[in-house]
Amino acid sequence: MLTKRIIPCLDIKNGRTVKGVRFENIRDAGDPVELAKWYAEQGADELVFLDITATNEERKTFAELVRDIARHIDIPFTVGGGISAVADVEVLLMAGADKVSVNSTAIRNPQLVEDLACRFGSQCVTLAIDTKYTEATGWKVYARAGTVETEHATVDWARKVVELGAGEILLTSMNNDGTKAGFALDITKAVSEAVSVPVIASGGAGTMQHFADAFQIAHADAALAASLFHFRELDIPDLKRFLKGEGIAVRC
Amino acid sequence: MNLVIVDYKAGNVQSVLFALERLGVQATLSSDFETIKAADKVIFPGVGEASSAMAQLRARNLDKLLPTLEQPFFGVCLGMQLLCEHSEEGDTGMLGIIPLPVKRFQTDLKVPHMGWNQLEKLQSPLFAGIAEGEYAYYVHSFYVPLSAYTIAQTSYPEPFSAALQYKNFYAAQFHPEKSGPAGSQIIKNFLAL
Repeated sequence: MLTKRIIPCLDIKNGRTVKGVRFENIRDAGDPVELAKWYAEQGADELVFLDITATNEERKTFAELVRDIARHIDIPFTVGGGISAVADVEVLLMAGADKVSVNSTAIRNPQLVEDLACRFGSQCVTLAIDTKYTEATGWKVYARAGTVETEHATVDWARKVVELGAGEILLTSMNNDGTKAGFALDITKAVSEAVSVPVIASGGAGTMQHFADAFQIAHADAALAASLFHFRELDIPDLKRFLKGEGIAVRC
Repeated sequence: MNLVIVDYKAGNVQSVLFALERLGVQATLSSDFETIKAADKVIFPGVGEASSAMAQLRARNLDKLLPTLEQPFFGVCLGMQLLCEHSEEGDTGMLGIIPLPVKRFQTDLKVPHMGWNQLEKLQSPLFAGIAEGEYAYYVHSFYVPLSAYTIAQTSYPEPFSAALQYKNFYAAQFHPEKSGPAGSQIIKNFLAL
């Protein structure tokens, strides 16, 4: 049976993991490769690396890092951050990334999604959506790391990018992100039911039950978290045992 | 051992090379007729879209060479589908080595079939040391139905061919290079054939 995926997300700046990650048994938790290997051993199903650096010069460093990650880990990983053209993606895929995640650029230039799907196949195009709910607007898509509201309603945008060729949706609720109060179940469920491709729930995980809810209530195919795993508030083997006990198919 | 990876600009070549490197195995990346023909073993990776992959193969005359090979040969993911007769993806004529069709998933489940799923009914030295129900990583929208050449199956929701063997041609729909220790073992098993 196809299992639900648990995905740690690592933010990368200048080739190093950002935030003070607390790992006693890792020599250098700032080293993305060390951290990635550790997560793979823990049973993470995939990893996501987001490059949060700004300049082109720094992005070259990121491509080298992607190559280093691919050399050392034997599970799939997605890379994103600052992708604006087909050529950027070619470099990352040829370096050994399995999928790329595209966000703001797709909003400015939806044609990029179609070009990427045509060139590399839908299976390696993950469309990241940052979404925020207000009473006045409902769930809207936000661009530029969540700083700019767009005119797109979230479910409509998800449908559109899948038509263009996205093979997966990474849906982050800005309302929930960092709250540890649980994933945004309503919008995750709405998007999951609206599109035919897998949906990754992101933002708000605080407990093991939150993951179970993302899968059972919101019908997410995967769930992503960052600091919860990095600070070891929750270990992946414990999480998977819990989910299995709840009757959810997981790899463990 | 002279191991050659077929080079036709397939997306996952680097991942396959790294997986071999982790096993301490050196491989040559080549699209050259003579080099591939002289190999002890050949690995044929692949991700992407069927008709453009076939165009890349034809551009290198590999559509003529690959069917004539007699050494152990391992097609991975799209590399497995390309060995078949025809694909519903872009209504594409494939290499025609294995007389089987490639079909699109018709299901209410999410497509692509993406993530870790179980290998069942294992029946080949390719799966030596691999337990029934072991997990492998998949990402694909098209599949090969069960057949007389199926040596492992996976269900989504209906069973399909997880792996095939036809004469010297072995193939896996999943990605052994991305399937953790079990995937490495399967690659090792192929190298030991």
